[in-house]
This record gives sequence, C-alpha cells and structure tokens, in this order.
Amino acid sequence: MIEYQRILSDIYDGLRTITKGRFDIDENTELAEQLNLDSLQIMELILDVEDHFDISIPVSVLKDVKTVKDLVIQIEKLSRGE
Amino acid sequence: MGIFNKFKTMAANRRELDELGIDPFSIQVDRIISPTEGMINGRHTILAGTNNYLGLTFDPKCIQAARLALDNEGTGTTGSRMANGSYSGHRDLELELASFYQKRDGIVFSTGYLANLGMLSTLAGPDDIVLLDADCHASIYDGCRLGGAKAIRFRHNNPEDLAKRMRRLGERTENTLIVVEGLYSMLGDKALLKEIIDVKKEFGGYLMVDEAHSLGVLGEKGCGLCEELDVLDDVDFIVGTFSKSLGGAGGFCVSNHPELDLIRYSSRPYIFTASPSPATIATTRQALRALSEGTHLRKRLHENAENLHKGLSELDYTLGASPSPVIAVVFEGKLQALQFWDNLLKLGIYVNMMFPPATPNGSYLIRCSISAAHTPDQIAKICEAFAKLKPNT
Repeated sequence: MIEYQRILSDIYDGLRTITKGRFDIDENTELAEQLNLDSLQIMELILDVEDHFDISIPVSVLKDVKTVKDLVIQIEKLSRGE
Repeated sequence: MGIFNKFKTMAANRRELDELGIDPFSIQVDRIISPTEGMINGRHTILAGTNNYLGLTFDPKCIQAARLALDNEGTGTTGSRMANGSYSGHRDLELELASFYQKRDGIVFSTGYLANLGMLSTLAGPDDIVLLDADCHASIYDGCRLGGAKAIRFRHNNPEDLAKRMRRLGERTENTLIVVEGLYSMLGDKALLKEIIDVKKEFGGYLMVDEAHSLGVLGEKGCGLCEELDVLDDVDFIVGTFSKSLGGAGGFCVSNHPELDLIRYSSRPYIFTASPSPATIATTRQALRALSEGTHLRKRLHENAENLHKGLSELDYTLGASPSPVIAVVFEGKLQALQFWDNLLKLGIYVNMMFPPATPNGSYLIRCSISAAHTPDQIAKICEAFAKLKPNT
C-alpha cells in the first residue's frame, strides 16, 4: 500500500509538469475544469500514473475522478488491492 | 435546465459551428449517384469519406440479390431471432463467414456496433479484465461498460506497454481479453498483431481482433490483417462489420471456441434487437462471394490508396500513416481544419472531419477513405483540390 501523502506529492509533481507550472494546485483542484485537461490528457495522465505506481486503473474509475483528491483516493484504494 | 444540463458543452460546440456556417457532422447527400459520387448542396461531389472500400454498394449482383430477397422474403423480419426465429439466410451467412475465416462457427449481429457491444458485454463480465488498445473504437469501450468488465487501456499499438500491463495482472491474465483493431480507423495504421500475439502467448488470456476496416481490404482473400499476417489460428475472436467493404449493414463474430454458440443465448444486444432484413443478408452474402472470387477489387483499392497517398505526400501534407485505404491529413488547429474541410466540399470533394476526443493525440484530422471504385481521374481531382488549398507554410 502506498501512503496518501506520497501519492499526493507525486501527483502534484506530475500535474505541474503537464501544466508547465501555470496553476496553483491543491487537493480540491478539478482536473478538467481548473487545469483545462481534456479527456485525452487525463487518459494519458492515467497511463503514466499506472506505470509510476505499478497499478492498473480501470477506465470506469475515471467517472469518479474530478479532483486531485479523487484521483489520489482511487490510487490509494487500487494500491491496497481493492 | 434539469436533465439537459449535461448538453451545455455540446450546445456551445454546436453554436460555434452554426456561427461559422460549417457543419461537417450534418452533411446530407441529396442524391447518391454511384459509390464515389453524389449531389451535395446542389453540387456534383466526389465522395472520399464513405468507407465504401470496394465500391460494392452499386454492384449489380448485390442489388439483384437484394431484389430477389425482397420479392421472396419481404422487407423485414419484424423481430429478434430469439423471439421470432431465424430465416435460413441468417444461419447460412454465419456458416459462410465461419468458412471464409476457417473458423468453427459465427454469429451475425444487426450492426457492427452491436457486434462489439454484444460480444464484449457477454464475454467479459465483472470478474474479467479487458486490455484494450487506447485507440479502440467507442463500441469496444461501450461493450466493456455494458458487461461490467474492468477495462484497462494500453498505449496505442505498443506491445511492450501491453506486456507491462499483462505482467501487472499476474494470475488474472487467464480472465483477460486483449482487444485490438486490424486497421485503425482514424489514422489508417495497422495493429502490430504478431507482437501482440507474442504477448498473449507469454502471459495467457484471449485475443479479439476487430477487422471492421480491414475486412475486404487486407489479406489474399480479404479476411483482414489476421489473414495477411497468417495468424488466423492465434486469434480467439474476430469481429467485423458488413457496412464498409461489404456495402450493407450488420456485424459478426467468428471463433473456434465452441462456447460461441452460447453467446447467442446470453448477449442482450443479440437477443433484444430485430434481426437483419432478408435483403441485407442477401447483399452481404453476395458481397462475401465477390471477396472470395477475386482480388481485382483489392488490387485497385490499394493502387488508388498508393496514388492518393503519394499525391498528398508530394504536397507536403502531414499524413497519419503509411499508405492504406484510410488516409488522414493532420491539422494542428480546429478552425484551420474546419475551413479546409469546407473549402474541399466547395471544390466538390467530400471527406470526413474528425475532432478530439475521437482522434489520437488531440489532433484534427481530414480523413479520406479510398474506394476501389474511384477512377484515376477522381484521385487526380482530389489531389488537385488539396494542392489548391495547401496552406502557406
């Protein structure tokens, strides 16, 4: 299992790279609405997240992911094998 | 607004097109003249965006077969095969498809979309995993959703990425179905099927190949990429559509797995849909015979594709893939692509306009689909129009 804070920190790093540091990002930041990530960028992010944390993220999970926190929670759950 | 709230973004997109006066998604062919010509906005237009790869929609033998079926069996079946029974043609077509692919059996669905929906939703349930190429068609994603399988994407046409994801699944690979397409419809690129089969052999699981755009196009008999690469025996399920090369409507799956027949009794998109009409079945059977009988149509199709690809390459357009019957020209900006599409139409050339998220890498694509029925003169005219509209670099 990977700790929430470590996941959060890695996600912040990844998002800052994708958005080239143009936004202030916190747990409640919305990926699509506030960071202007389109569905393809979010899909690409998910592929990178899968590789980084060595987990598999089903496409269906994405419907429950709006904010950074949502994503971190899903990664945490999947890393626990849920 | 209530239930219509979700359409806000769509409404804004529609308004944008209205204001531009350009709408590639509501095109109407006022009169269809031939497989490659029609009247659009009062203008004689070359059709280069129809997926009519072999030009069989006006084939005299297919039309005659449809007429006979109409006369002998009527206009429709008025119900599903499960409730109302099958016509002999339904089963005959299934056996002919199985024989065409050298597989044990086949199932016919009412559309290509339903073939993917019906097969995926039934084969892969909530305890199963579908590993699908990121660029797979929406029907494949929808099938996973309907069946409740865990759908996990791998990077487009990247067998190493697939292997990495298979490795991650551990023992669950035995409940995993890999899904790829023979020829991807957006850019016209072929699957790296041999390498994908190697991954399946290493990790286990099952493989489904959607030959929607490659049936009639690839392989000596026209079976598709599986035949071209001589890997028919390594593929568990082949799905496809009748609505492209075969010039009709409908879809199918063929397989050596004896359990295929059980799909019939479990697949909601098969059970709860009206079966294909007798005329549809008759034209499809005749078109399949045309595929089996000769390679001249495929030869002409590839010559046309080579010529158009060469013409557009020489004009320095950025093209999506090596020559294939799908030739996609890549544009950076939405407005530029829309205006280009509209100007092509004004010059009497109809092609497809493709927007994200349907396209790879967020690109805007002007997609040409070539037909064996295009004449050299029509290919030259398409190239001339692209030359005339070449943006200044």
